[in-house]
Amino acid sequence: MNAPQSLASGLAPPGTETALSAESVSFAYAGTGPIFDQVSLTIRRREILCLLGGSGCGKSTLLRVLAGLETPSAGRVRFLGQPLARPHPRSALVFQQASLLPWLNVFDNARFGLDFKHQPATDADTRRVRVQAALDAVGLSGREQAWPAQLSGGQAQRVALARALAREPELLFADEPFSALDAITRAEMQSLLVEVVHRWHAAVLLVTHDIDEAILVADRILLMSGQPGRISHEWPVDIPHPRERHPATLTALRLQILAALRENTAAIPTHP
Amino acid sequence: MPSRILLPLGGLALAALLWAAGTAVLAANTPILAHFAPLEAFRALGRLVLDPILWEHILVSLQRVAVGLLFALAIGIPAGVLTGISRLFAAATTPLFQFLRMISPLSWMPIAVMVLGVGDAPVYFLLAFAAVWPILLNTAAGVTQLDRNWLLLARSLSATRGETIFRVILPGITAHILSGVRLAIGIIWIILVPAEMLGVSAGLGYFILDARDRLAYPDLMAAILIIGFLGFLLDHGARWLYQRWLHRA
Repeated sequence: MNAPQSLASGLAPPGTETALSAESVSFAYAGTGPIFDQVSLTIRRREILCLLGGSGCGKSTLLRVLAGLETPSAGRVRFLGQPLARPHPRSALVFQQASLLPWLNVFDNARFGLDFKHQPATDADTRRVRVQAALDAVGLSGREQAWPAQLSGGQAQRVALARALAREPELLFADEPFSALDAITRAEMQSLLVEVVHRWHAAVLLVTHDIDEAILVADRILLMSGQPGRISHEWPVDIPHPRERHPATLTALRLQILAALRENTAAIPTHP
Repeated sequence: MPSRILLPLGGLALAALLWAAGTAVLAANTPILAHFAPLEAFRALGRLVLDPILWEHILVSLQRVAVGLLFALAIGIPAGVLTGISRLFAAATTPLFQFLRMISPLSWMPIAVMVLGVGDAPVYFLLAFAAVWPILLNTAAGVTQLDRNWLLLARSLSATRGETIFRVILPGITAHILSGVRLAIGIIWIILVPAEMLGVSAGLGYFILDARDRLAYPDLMAAILIIGFLGFLLDHGARWLYQRWLHRA
């Protein structure tokens, strides 16, 4: 059984400052065993961190705790150094479902929430400019007036991404954002995600069960497994984008991850 | 296109023919029924439409519809939202609501008049009481069918309670509320006429009784035609609103 590698193991940029840190965070619903236990991790600024794991390993719950949607039963989450009590205004979420509001058009969906009380104060013009920039970046210029019902699944997920970008997040939480899409659209969205978060200087915590997605997108991969869930492995990925040009390196990494997964399932995971 | 206009017109014409035939046959034995024939009714209708008195009655009736509907909305939407979000409230009230819903609102009329006195108040009460159920039940159904991810989105934006209700929940259940409104308008319109037959001195229900007392039977039939036509328009308006919202959605 591999002990988690030192999470401080220095990789060169994307960034060295910390966007978010979790210290020995545990979570349990009332009356059940812990979903995950004693998880520590750091997300650096402008880094794409992939949390990879099978279904039921607690990775989505971990994302919700780190995003401030759930309160951990033990441990601490810090966002830009500050203890996190509720979703931080400089964070944004993208879910598996685009969850657009069907009574708002594309533009208003992307703008949704920018004027909420607990969001940083902005004037209407700033908001419009930001939303337009986000929609342009995800390739939806010209579709601003369309209704969600008129969009394909991939386009809807682009709106959801634009809605997140319009908030100019320091950290983007993405929970299996592309797993409901067909393979071709998913590949497009993966490269789009890498491109826009680089342009927006945002860090990403991407939760996925798709090894290929992790190795194509991530700057660093954490493997989560067990019950309660823990982080068992970590791989830095310093292959330059677009990564499809480095098939041999990708394959080697993929095999390493598969081996780690096999190892985890062989020794039914209870960490020392 | 022809079938969309010609067939409905044909159906209406056929009904008018049956009406004419029926009154002609019955009038052979009961001569007074000749006054109920379509020709007489339409002649009366032509005269009444130019009479400002009729328009006053119509206005009074429509105003009662609006007031009754507003009361029903003011009670039905909050109660429906509460039923939708609180399992305890729903458990405590569902049998009660189902019980009350099945009582014809007109049964309350004697009590309404005793408590609220003669006049508009008992009519408003009866209309609101009849219309509140479809609005309440549709609102509650809308809340339970809300997409949970919308609420998660609101939480991720640290939305206040007011922002969650007014920016997510209420728009999210508007289609349900509108279909409740359409049902409510249908019920109100049906309850309105008998409710106006008691203790008021204006409105289409009153006009029917008044025409009877004046032995103005063609006027009575004309009033029935007007009631049917206005009800048809009201239902169309409600449906148009509903469709319009859904088209956007």
